[in-house]
Amino acid sequence: MINMYEVRETNEMIEKENLDVRTITLGISLLDCIDSDLNKLCDNIYKKITTLAKDLVSTGEEISHEFGIPIVNKRISVTPIALIGAAACKTPSDYVQIAKTLDKAAKAVGVNFLGGYSALVSKSMTAADRIFMESIPEALASTEFMCSSVNLGSSKTGINMDAVRLMGDIIKKTAEASDSMGCAKLVVFCNAPDDNPFMAGAFHGVTEGDSVINVGVSGPGVVKTALEKVHGESFEVLCETIKKTAFKVTRVGQLVAKEASKRLNVPFGIVDLSLAPTPAIGDSVADILCEMGLEYAGAPGTTAALALLNDQVKKGGVMASSYVGGLSGAFIPVSEDQGMIDAVEAGALTLEKLEAMTCVCSVGLDMIAIPGDTKATTISGIIADELAIGMINQKTTAVRVIPVIGKGVGESVEFGGLLGHAPIMPVNGFSCDEFVNRPGRIPAPIHSFKN
Amino acid sequence: MNKTIITVVGKDTVGIIAKVCTYLADNQINILDISQTIVQDFFNMMMVVDATKSPKKLGTIQEELDGIGKSIGVVIKCQQEDIFDSMHRI
Repeated sequence: MINMYEVRETNEMIEKENLDVRTITLGISLLDCIDSDLNKLCDNIYKKITTLAKDLVSTGEEISHEFGIPIVNKRISVTPIALIGAAACKTPSDYVQIAKTLDKAAKAVGVNFLGGYSALVSKSMTAADRIFMESIPEALASTEFMCSSVNLGSSKTGINMDAVRLMGDIIKKTAEASDSMGCAKLVVFCNAPDDNPFMAGAFHGVTEGDSVINVGVSGPGVVKTALEKVHGESFEVLCETIKKTAFKVTRVGQLVAKEASKRLNVPFGIVDLSLAPTPAIGDSVADILCEMGLEYAGAPGTTAALALLNDQVKKGGVMASSYVGGLSGAFIPVSEDQGMIDAVEAGALTLEKLEAMTCVCSVGLDMIAIPGDTKATTISGIIADELAIGMINQKTTAVRVIPVIGKGVGESVEFGGLLGHAPIMPVNGFSCDEFVNRPGRIPAPIHSFKN
Repeated sequence: MNKTIITVVGKDTVGIIAKVCTYLADNQINILDISQTIVQDFFNMMMVVDATKSPKKLGTIQEELDGIGKSIGVVIKCQQEDIFDSMHRI
């Protein structure tokens, strides 16, 4: 039988170390909603989402109360809308109408976010994909709960540079249209997973079933507290401690996922083994790196420490869950992690170091505020660099940068809530115009002769 | 059987166990195990109970126990056992 020590340990993790289940995400396929009549399509989408997800929020809250574990977000992901709207949408504003429908549906069922305003263009774009991408700035400016993502490359197809160039421009336009806030809900990917429960990149992949429950766990605070007890010990002890902690954290995610799946009568998909920070003090991935022995995240040794952390989290988590998927790794979103913010403000962490860190962890350059006058081609260059890391290393990488209109380096921006606040980081100002403006795509890499 | 774990933490005072047990008895909640210690003047108790025969829902029991806790200055939590089992048992 469970003993008092174990009960106290679990409850302390929840009460003092910010252990929570970050999200229950209900994936919904909209493929059967497709219609060439836009109004009918929107009607189908609204009905399907509000029917399938009607009990999502109440069930999440029920589970949260019964087990005494906070479930911070309840979310929905849908089939990439570029596909769903292709038959009905002739102009970007047609897609915006779908965006507004999604937003209305999200509001009706009470979820925190709805993801899947997405396009998959890793090799090339259809005419509909292009119209869709052009609709993103207005779609994000005129909605509240909707998140957008675009997959621009993969290890199998290479990088679609035409789409990268377009997205550099779209990110700028989104910033201009939405007072920069829209960019916090827009992410571009290489090797985007079909079953990611985390925003802004969640969408319900076309290989998925009609509906699915995916769960994302959290727990940087728990790992940090566990490491405080092994100060100065060997790497073996360090790694074992992370592994054991990750196991415990993931077990909670698995329990919640199975329970939600049973109660909602929706198949269980995956648990995403992620250390997802929040701006709350003590809920920071950067703090874990500091606890390992770095003065600030960004100091020499950061990439190694992060690689170690990420790998041990996976090793501990994999055994705790029957199905693992999504992004699964340590997240390093700057604005959502107080330790990262401190590191940037101290001058310890730069964009280039963050790029290096993304080589060894998911998911990429995340929630980074950059000067509002950064050129679109420069943003495309940053995207191309980050996607190249994903393409060559066969991992997911992403870019969510936020050009802050009217502000420059040294100033900061407030996003509010889970999105936090961020100091604006300097961007390398040398031009990549000519490179980015070349048409076509970067070919898929060779998967042999590994070096 | 679906077991529930009740934890009581707070400053020690007379009658904590009596109050909690009276409530449980009044609501047909059977106590399967109790352990209790005092750590640095703080009262710590854990009970394993079976609430399946109680006419009240877990949510109601949680709220009412929370109320009792507040009236005697302790924190009473009531959670399904599964969360501890998943975390500490393979």
